Amino acid sequence: MRVSKRATSAVALGAAFALVASGCSGSDSDGGDAGASADGAITIDGTQPEVPLVPSNTTETGGGAIIDWMWTGLVEYPNDGGAPRNAVAESIETTDSKVYTVKIKQNTKFHDGTPVKAKNFVDAWNWGAYSPNGAQNGSFFADIQGFGDVHTEDPDGAEGPQKAPEPKAKEMSGLKVVDDWTFEVTLAAPTAVFPTKLGYSTFMPLPDAFFTQKPDEFGRKPIGNGPVKFVSWEDDVQIKLTRFDDYTLNDKLKIKDVNIKLYQDDTAAYNDLVSGNLDFQQQVPVSSLAGDKWKADLGDRAIQTTTPSTGIIAFPIYDKRFQNAKLRRAISLAINRQEISDKIFFGSRKPADSWANPLTPGAKQGNCTACQFNVDEARKLLAEAGGFQGELVMYYNADASHKEWMEAVAQQVKTNLGINARAEGVPTFAVFRQNINAHKMKGMYRAGWQQDYPDVENWVNPLYVTGGSSNDGLYSNKDVDALAKAASSAPSLEESHAKFAEAVALIDQDVPTVPIYFGGQQSGHSEKIKKLELTNVGELDLSSVEL
Amino acid sequence: MSDPTAASIVSTPPAERPTEVGAPTNAGLPENARKEKPRGLLGDAWRDLRRKPLFWISAAFIVLFLLMAAFPWLFTNGDAVNGSLSRSRVEPSANGWFGYDVQGRDVYARVIYGARASIVVAVVSVFGTLLIGGTMGIIAGYRGGWVDALLSRIADVFFGLPFVLGAIVILTTFNGSGTSNSKWEIMALVSLSLMVLGWPVVMRLMRSSVLATKEADYIVAARALGAGTGRIILKHLLPNCLAPLLVYGTIMVGSFIGAEATLSFLGVGLKTPVVSWGIMISEAQNYIRVSPFLLFFPAAFLVTAVLSFVMLGEAVREALDPKLR
Amino acid sequence: MGRYLLRRLLQLIPVFIGTTFLIYWLVWSVPGDPFAGKCGERPCPDSYVNMMTEKFKLDEPLWVQYGNYMQNLFQGDFGQTWSGRPIGDIIATAYPNTLKLAVVALAIEAVIGLAAGVLTGLRRNGFLDNLVLVSTLFMIALPVFVIGFVLQWVLGVQWHIIKPTVSSEMRISELIVPGFVLGSASMAYIARVARTSIAENRRADYVRTAIAKGLPMRRVVGVHLLRNSLIPVVTLLGTDLGALMGGAIVTEGIFGINGIGRQVFRAIVTKESATVVSIVVVLVLVYLLMNLLVDLLYAALDPRIRYE
Repeated sequence: MRVSKRATSAVALGAAFALVASGCSGSDSDGGDAGASADGAITIDGTQPEVPLVPSNTTETGGGAIIDWMWTGLVEYPNDGGAPRNAVAESIETTDSKVYTVKIKQNTKFHDGTPVKAKNFVDAWNWGAYSPNGAQNGSFFADIQGFGDVHTEDPDGAEGPQKAPEPKAKEMSGLKVVDDWTFEVTLAAPTAVFPTKLGYSTFMPLPDAFFTQKPDEFGRKPIGNGPVKFVSWEDDVQIKLTRFDDYTLNDKLKIKDVNIKLYQDDTAAYNDLVSGNLDFQQQVPVSSLAGDKWKADLGDRAIQTTTPSTGIIAFPIYDKRFQNAKLRRAISLAINRQEISDKIFFGSRKPADSWANPLTPGAKQGNCTACQFNVDEARKLLAEAGGFQGELVMYYNADASHKEWMEAVAQQVKTNLGINARAEGVPTFAVFRQNINAHKMKGMYRAGWQQDYPDVENWVNPLYVTGGSSNDGLYSNKDVDALAKAASSAPSLEESHAKFAEAVALIDQDVPTVPIYFGGQQSGHSEKIKKLELTNVGELDLSSVEL
Repeated sequence: MSDPTAASIVSTPPAERPTEVGAPTNAGLPENARKEKPRGLLGDAWRDLRRKPLFWISAAFIVLFLLMAAFPWLFTNGDAVNGSLSRSRVEPSANGWFGYDVQGRDVYARVIYGARASIVVAVVSVFGTLLIGGTMGIIAGYRGGWVDALLSRIADVFFGLPFVLGAIVILTTFNGSGTSNSKWEIMALVSLSLMVLGWPVVMRLMRSSVLATKEADYIVAARALGAGTGRIILKHLLPNCLAPLLVYGTIMVGSFIGAEATLSFLGVGLKTPVVSWGIMISEAQNYIRVSPFLLFFPAAFLVTAVLSFVMLGEAVREALDPKLR
Repeated sequence: MGRYLLRRLLQLIPVFIGTTFLIYWLVWSVPGDPFAGKCGERPCPDSYVNMMTEKFKLDEPLWVQYGNYMQNLFQGDFGQTWSGRPIGDIIATAYPNTLKLAVVALAIEAVIGLAAGVLTGLRRNGFLDNLVLVSTLFMIALPVFVIGFVLQWVLGVQWHIIKPTVSSEMRISELIVPGFVLGSASMAYIARVARTSIAENRRADYVRTAIAKGLPMRRVVGVHLLRNSLIPVVTLLGTDLGALMGGAIVTEGIFGINGIGRQVFRAIVTKESATVVSIVVVLVLVYLLMNLLVDLLYAALDPRIRYE
């Protein structure tokens, strides 16, 4: 998952990884002028990438968007939010969801002219998984057999004095190159959702040139295999991309040059957009959302979409004040999500009513019974739970705009349940996450989840299974664990989804977190752009742009 | 820097006539005043002040704000803390004079209750800053030499600290999340960090005034008459150097109210049930285009308060300043 | 004079060391693990944290880290950000932009502040005096964000007088509005202090003499009065250049200027000591040189002050 690094961003979650029907503005159906498009250039809004652009090392939206444009993976997620389809892959076959044979198309090239071969994938994945390389997304390869041999854990955690042992192997035993265009992936355990994950940027191929230089040097002048190639990068000012003319897949660019202007403040970008100096902004600022001013400013150039991310307030279940499920349910029922959506978000984010974001394949709509607003029931449950002693603090990170909605939630809990609740900001996301990771939170806390790849699995395993990578509240229910395990290793996606639905029903009874809203995105474009679509993650789909 | 020597006095014409501070104080006063005991500087100032309408008006405002800070419930029976989203951003009306904010809280009640934190923090930190900076400035300017060099360079070091960095470190160390400081302790900590980061400017300002004044004839005369350092500083230097300091200080009240809001917004300052004008102003920022009244009322109170302090400062300065007699 | 200058320049050394250490220590004590928030809602892999810790020697004690930094600094190497970008590059690109903006702001603030101060100082308590006071106070009371936003919106988006953001060439004409916004907070101080100073000196004997001699008012004010009233104003302006440079973060953000403000802020919250120290050290040098300049100006403005 990616984090937005623009502190003032409206959506601190960033509109990062998500799958969504991107109902682009309907007014553009007539398309553009092919002649204007052919040599056309656009300037779009961006943020300075945090780290040099290496796919398995990028975890934030600024660099992530550029990587998504510059690379094409084995599979791609269609803009309409449907199931992933093959891109560079010719076919991905399996009989048991454990061993996958991947055949790739033979005519695709990297931007430096070298062909994309099977070993470019295998080498890239091995590089990302090898722990001394320290790739931020390294743990995404954990499904693959032999991951434990190349990725060693620090025996006493990263803070401790001991160093992680040197990995036993440099390459994962589960990856085998069969020939130039075929490779075989053996997973540690059957995982039906594995092919779906392959569209995430961590799984992109790397050219031979990557392995002959330092990763950081490569990342300053990245070479991908996607529809646009890198031209130049002026730090904090702009990144220039241009059409890759040898691109052979369907999503060729219709325009020529793409200029990414690196803004630090979304208001500045917005004012440029409104006055015609910028062609596209992915998320307009909060100050323009209030009172729907952005719709007035942009007219039919305003684009409202939903993103499959959910705003959550989590319980630290390791704190014994929060161990009673009735209390947790009472708090959740006391929150009027519709009112928060209307008054705080001006309708731009919808009230949450299900555990997994409903845009996700395999997710069920409206399966969060704890997400209803029912004060009487809430009071009854609170009384049964024996009330709540002391002050209930709800923490959020103050470096992004969370104050308003967190305060509104705290106020509702206070008014409706009579609990002494209040919201409190923690200065930085780093301090906030550090306390959460260390399980030291003294009250409820804001969380957010954006899926990494479109499947309900991504909404259950990391969040609600014992030991899950983001199960920070230490929720644990043996039945949920068992069901999730069965679901993950189910031979087909349908069976997997059915099992996950059962697991979610149990989670709904336990209320380990409180889902509040589903993410929304408000974008805008200039009059120059006649036609555009947004990708499943809400980024601009460059190949759809016509002028 | 070497002490400017007496040579400079000889070479320059006397800039100001020695004032009458050292002379019999009742010399120029009306008949009835002459019968009273000779008054000191403060007595003179008070006499002067009493006759100024400006003083009375600004003092009345300040008393009003102080009352607001001490007994907010005298002014409103509204609830400054709890709101209801159903009244979110309702415009001013007969029911809610100043309207309701995004959380549906009564803006009028919040402005009244916000006076306490704003005024306490601003006044305490301005006072502290003037005291620290002023003292350092007098010492540096009057003594000169290595003392001046040392103090000036310490000021330079503090001056170089970015405000955000210094404040985050000071406040998170003592006021991080999870600490349960009372609101008075938090106010004290916020004031402390403003003082620590604010004194160098005052020190430079005071030092410049002292440098300009200390070779004036009346100081030299006082020294020649055998006045001690303490007496020279307190009786002669201070009253003559106070003007820029008072002016700067009263305006500083305004910027400190804003600075306090920045700290709260970063999550290291005052925490939620406590409200201040600064917090209200920063909360209103995102809504300037739709609900400007959210910004207007706290800003208007802030400006009025600062204006009162500036006017009071002005009146006091004119009364204290012997040159303007 | 020469000896004084030399002494002042020598004093830069301890201040330099003191400031760098103080800031290094402060950044070091900012709470939070620099890599805790780096990977979003899930913790970063240990392997990544270990690699960074080793690369930047973060497990060494503070003294050793600071020592390493200073050693590299004397070899002209400012170090790297967490993302491996040389800090020297950041300074080279961001500093000139911020300096340009701050100088424009200082000029605007000096011109407007002084003009207002002189006008109101000569005619105290008139309508103009009160108008200036209230309007400058409003500028202090309103956050920079609001002033910047409103000006950008009205002038840039609605009236199309300016482009909403500044281009990367940073032309002076583009910087006037951002400079005004940045300098707005200090204008009240300058205007007020100048006013007081003028009002005070206006009653001085030398002014009375000058008027009595029959000198034209313009000359009395311009030569006699102004020169003698400038000391506190110059002090404020001198300290303000540094403050403007360090405090430009919001203005830079609104107008899309690639300056040091965002770099310092980003570095503080991610605990990049080397970046903060490197940028602030250059800032401190600016303060020191400005203060030196101001001290020298005192002597030029007021013959009673001498440095020997």
